[in-house]
Amino acid sequence: MSLWKHHGKLERHSLLLIIGIVVVVSIGGLVEIAPLFWLQSTIEKVDGVRPYTPLELAGRDIYIREGCYTCHSQMIRPLRDEVERYGHYSLAAESMYDHPFQWGSKRTGPDLARVGGKYSDTWHRDHLVDPRSVVPESVMPPYAFLASKDLPVSDIRAKMQAMTALGVPYTQDALDNAVTDLQAQADPFSTDAVALRKRYGAKVVNRDFDGDPDRITEMDALIAYLQMLGTMVDLRTYQAAEPANQR
Amino acid sequence: MSQLAKTSAPTPGGSALLASTVIGGLLFFFAALFSDDPLFRFQALIFVAAAVIAGFALTAGVSGKLFRDEPDRYMDGVVKAGVIATMFWGAVGMLVGVVIAAQLSWPDLLYFPEIGWLNFGRLRPLHTSGVIFAFGGNALICTSFYVVQRTCRARLFGGMLSWFVFWGYQLFIVLAATGYLAGITQSKEYAEPEWLVDLWLTIVWVAYLLVFLGTIWKRKEPHIYVANWFYLAFIVTIALLHVVNNLALPVSPLHHRSYSLFSGVQDALTQWWYGHNAVGFFLTAGFLAMMYYFVPKRVERPVYSYRLSIVHFWALIFIYIWAGPHHLHYTALPQWAQTLGMTFSIMLWMPSWGGMINGLMTLSGAWDKLRTDPVVRMMVVSIAFYGMSTFEGPVMSIRAVNALSHYTDWTIGHVHSGALGWVGFISFGAMYCLVPWLWKKNGLYSNRLVEWHFWIATTGILLYICAMWVSGIMEGLMWREYTPEGFLAWSFIETVSAKHIENVIRMLGGLMYLSGILIMIFNLWRTVKLPSVERTDALSAPLPAAA
Repeated sequence: MSLWKHHGKLERHSLLLIIGIVVVVSIGGLVEIAPLFWLQSTIEKVDGVRPYTPLELAGRDIYIREGCYTCHSQMIRPLRDEVERYGHYSLAAESMYDHPFQWGSKRTGPDLARVGGKYSDTWHRDHLVDPRSVVPESVMPPYAFLASKDLPVSDIRAKMQAMTALGVPYTQDALDNAVTDLQAQADPFSTDAVALRKRYGAKVVNRDFDGDPDRITEMDALIAYLQMLGTMVDLRTYQAAEPANQR
Repeated sequence: MSQLAKTSAPTPGGSALLASTVIGGLLFFFAALFSDDPLFRFQALIFVAAAVIAGFALTAGVSGKLFRDEPDRYMDGVVKAGVIATMFWGAVGMLVGVVIAAQLSWPDLLYFPEIGWLNFGRLRPLHTSGVIFAFGGNALICTSFYVVQRTCRARLFGGMLSWFVFWGYQLFIVLAATGYLAGITQSKEYAEPEWLVDLWLTIVWVAYLLVFLGTIWKRKEPHIYVANWFYLAFIVTIALLHVVNNLALPVSPLHHRSYSLFSGVQDALTQWWYGHNAVGFFLTAGFLAMMYYFVPKRVERPVYSYRLSIVHFWALIFIYIWAGPHHLHYTALPQWAQTLGMTFSIMLWMPSWGGMINGLMTLSGAWDKLRTDPVVRMMVVSIAFYGMSTFEGPVMSIRAVNALSHYTDWTIGHVHSGALGWVGFISFGAMYCLVPWLWKKNGLYSNRLVEWHFWIATTGILLYICAMWVSGIMEGLMWREYTPEGFLAWSFIETVSAKHIENVIRMLGGLMYLSGILIMIFNLWRTVKLPSVERTDALSAPLPAAA
């Protein structure tokens, strides 16, 4: 048959073979990925979603550094048991400022998409220092060292600037006050917290997350990040059935 | 030998490589000097150390005229080095796997509160990258260098360039591995290395493509052999996937951290487009290439069907690319994309089994070798595991099945039946073939040890995947179980403690698999120590019967 003879050309000309390979492997990705940058359902904005505060962003970088995503997902599926166990299913908009996304692929531990506010700061600290002291059957590694490491703050502005370049809407004001905002959020008595809330919303609470008032540690940042997860959108007023939210 | 000496000349590229090593070393030295980020400095200093070592080695080689080019002989030194690297990284990667499996079984014994770099979250990428990229990558690079020379009847193109590919790739592995332990990761699964290491791998990979393609251009055979189509698809597509998925903006040129260009949904699909095709092109197409050379060669039969290889090649590479969204069922990804991913994943079953049939049926008329040659048996079982996991995969990609299997140990079991069964066994088969061929021996030191390796490893795989089926399906069912009163039946932690026995069995299975590779290393080492025999190794050596 002639078709097989035509294939002989590809077998004799390596450049034709490469062009064939590149064309064939490009189609699927283009069809599936490219539309996501234009489709309304994947780029919609939902009230409440905001860029992370400097302390939360630093905490998120620790979450990534420690590989938390290898055991914890941040993506609640719209299945009855998941919604009952973890809360409202995750919205696309809730990870719109996640460079990169943290949806995860494995639940060796529970989903964390809405863990914010479920436990106290003290519980989180005890749990991170020694998981089996509060959950005896847990297989999670201990993170006691976070409480003894000072959080480096010198690069936080550069990190926020990089995020801005990627499209995260930090204001000039927020960039200029990055370090002040970071310190304000970890200090329950800070006078700068008013400005912090003005920039990031009334829900942002300034607390001493790790129970050590003398210093800002990596533990402060990580707990601040965890306590924020899933709390940005007010899900009592979010109407999934509204035409704007339908896909 | 005297005749050969006349035709040998200094290998081209030695001096150029030395010059770029010195320049690169100096650049990184100054980068380390001016950076105030300790993690960036750490990686820059590894580059400097590598440049110093390479600088000395190259100076000695160039001035002592140690790099000889012998145009009428195959370039096998770099293949030998690749065999050694494959076995070394295989043992390391699998050892880390056993350690993290043990951590999940006995967390009190194997975690240390003040030693963060030994935690599961940092060791897990070390295990996955160690096995996929260090063990699998070295196996692919060294077999492709061997196969492309034999099937093209041409010496490797580019002189010293193939050595640059080899050592550059080892440097990539060292940078990635030490980076994970130090906490340098961008958290994209199987693409964890940060921007600096990603750029380095890109340079090495382009050099790899050049060596491979250049050798094809030099070929003395009119046709490009089928194994080389698969190697080429693997090299080209991995380059494409690697570059697109790792698009990121560094915090500063002297900072280790970068942020992905995409976010949220777009980033998730880009990552799983990459992630699933790392499976499709790294762990499938590349190892199919290995199958297409070593199986026909070992059983001395031609490939079963030429037409089947054409059809399944193009179908496989076309369909694989679409399958990524099945990792994102029921997520915030639009449903049409999920459905496309699922549909193509099910279609993928056919070209996958096309490859399996073509590999298995190559044994037509030589099935007795299954009984007499343990290496053939290893490769055949490997193809059987390939068939099994490429059937299981499409099943798990069905949305309703995925609702149960996603986020559970079932996925881990599925990956390991492919990785341990298919990728591991076909590589072991190729290495058992290569060592006597490269070191010019009559055969292996001991076929009985290959038997031991085969049975211990096969039992290990079965223990592993059965344990993960049980624990995965169990936890999936427990998560969704309701009491008659309508409450969730189990708290999350109850599903964790329910898996303890399966975790222990999984660790034992992994330990058996690791023992197998240690037996293999001993066997190969003793084979190298055997007295050598004369083998024709010039470019006139006959091609495999299959060509």
